[in-house]
Formats: sequence, C-alpha cells, structure tokens
Amino acid sequence: MSSHAYDYVDGNAAAGELAKIFTMDVTVAAGQCANCGATRRFAEAHLYMQCPGVVARCADCEQVLLRLVSIPDRVLLDLSGMTYLSFDTSQFQENNQ
Amino acid sequence: MWHLGKVIALHDETATTRTITLEVPGWPGHIAGQHVDVRLTAADGYSAARSYSIASAPNVDGRIELTIERLPDGEVSPYLTQELTVGDPLELRGPLGGWFVWRTNQTEAIQLIAGGSGIVPLMAMIRSRALAGNTAPFRLLYSVREPAAVFYRDELQALSRQDSAESVTYAYTRAAPKNWPRPPGRIDAALIESAAWPSSLGPTCYVCGQTSFVESAAGLLIASGHSPDKIRTERFGPTGDRK
Repeated sequence: MSSHAYDYVDGNAAAGELAKIFTMDVTVAAGQCANCGATRRFAEAHLYMQCPGVVARCADCEQVLLRLVSIPDRVLLDLSGMTYLSFDTSQFQENNQ
Repeated sequence: MWHLGKVIALHDETATTRTITLEVPGWPGHIAGQHVDVRLTAADGYSAARSYSIASAPNVDGRIELTIERLPDGEVSPYLTQELTVGDPLELRGPLGGWFVWRTNQTEAIQLIAGGSGIVPLMAMIRSRALAGNTAPFRLLYSVREPAAVFYRDELQALSRQDSAESVTYAYTRAAPKNWPRPPGRIDAALIESAAWPSSLGPTCYVCGQTSFVESAAGLLIASGHSPDKIRTERFGPTGDRK
C-alpha cells in the first residue's frame, strides 16, 4: 500500500492547479510524450504531488511530461516533456451536460 | 475560479465520514465525476488545499455535496469532518476535471468499481443517472472494509430495488455480514467475472479508489478482456487527503 511505485495519482488531480494558468481544461487534452511518443489524455498521466509542486509523468514510459511549481507571486511551468497538447474544442463549447 | 460556499447541512455517513452540503453562489454547475479543490486558510495566512469529489448529482439550485473521510494524519479532513459547522464559509475551486465524468447523454452500459471512499464520484454518476431518468444499464462493484464502512447504503439499496438496470455488488475486504456468500477478500478475477459486465458488452468502466486498488481493479478488467480505452480511473494516494 505504501509502496513507492504507488505514490502517484491521476493527471485529473492537477485540474485545479492548471486552471490557474489555462482557460481550457488541460486534463482532457491529448498530449504526446516527447520521450516515447505515446499520446494520451493528460488526465491519464501519473501525477506526483508529494514534491514541492506537481510532476506529471508519462503513464507508458514514466518520463517527465510537466512540472508545475507555485511559489509566492510566481508560477513556474515546464512543458518540455510534451511535444504537443491537442484540445477538443467541440467538447469545450458543450460546457456542462 | 474560487467560490465562497456556505455550509447548509452536515450528515454522517459512517463513524469517520461526513457529507457536507454547501450552497455556492455563482456555482456554474458540474458534471458527475468532477471534483473541487477545498482551501483552508489559517489566521497566520498558511493555507492548505485538497481535492474532493462531488457526491451530488448536477442540479440547478447551486448546491453541492462533498463526502469526506477523516484521515487521522490529515491536514484538512479532520477540520472538515469534525470542526466545520452549519453556517461556516468554505473556499472552493471548481468544478474541475473533464475526463473522469459521466454525462447524462451516455447510453452505453456502465461498470463502476469503487474502493472505499472511491464510491463518492461514482455515487454522483448514479444519482445523475437517476435524476435524469437515464436508463443506461449500470453496475456497481463496491469494495469496502466492512458493512459499517459503506456509504449511502440505504439510497443504493432503494435505487437498485426500483430499477432493474441498476445493480450493486458489495465486496467486503475484512469483515462480511453473517452468511455472506463470499469470504472477506479483495476483488479478484472470479468476482470481476461474476459481478461485472462482460467485456463483450463493451461497457465504459470507471474505477476510483486508492492507487493500489485502482491498479489492481483496472488490471483485472484488462485481463478479462476490457479495452484499456474504455477504462477511466481516478486514483488517490494512501496519505493524501483526497476524497
């Protein structure tokens, strides 16, 4: 249960922190891992929240996809682990229900 | 993005779990399965935020329910489950997360698998389905420590009694009621085989619980032929305050 391999949650859980920066929901966007090329919803990434800030890793190869650190008066975001993020705008316009 | 809600009701689900009903002015509405971040701020300015799933069905009255389990070492959940009282304000951000959601226009068969307090977002889906009069066949497999730890028992029983397309199977892990057909134990391949929709039906599966539980349950679904593309998961860590 406390095994280190299980220290992560889903990318879902970063929705609130990412909403500080982006107007669209990044967790439903498809992102391509810059290391292995896998393309998955960001919600499916493995999210590590025990560190200072948040680190998302690829669910396939565990390489870092995103790093997000909030400090007083500044938010630092590193997206170099993803080659792109693709947003479905039809779903966004649908809003709720 | 941050809303200031007001506590309008408290209800204990179990000895360690409480449902908080909040009235949230300006609440934009949510989709079943979404969560909120709750922020507590101390007098000295120190603040802590945690994510909690919304337990209630989407509605138009600006009210949401959060069901929160008290974690002994938690920084946020002891306050929310023991000290918060009716009339108190509560800061929350949301609704959040558009992936682990069930929409009322979905008509395919749905398999829900909950581990402990992982029932909360799945309950929002069950309630949303009932409220919308949606007839999609739903099955819930609910793994829980013991009978006294079950959330929403009466409501689940009533819903599955009045609707044959809605079924609930309990899997007790430590103590089962007398004469229960299955000895206490974790969800295994045999239980997936007997209680979950067959993979041939192509159900969408939603799995929520602690990370180790979700790993195990999702693995069993895949092993029994379910496509990974049809499995959506929401994990929360063993020491996090999540849910």
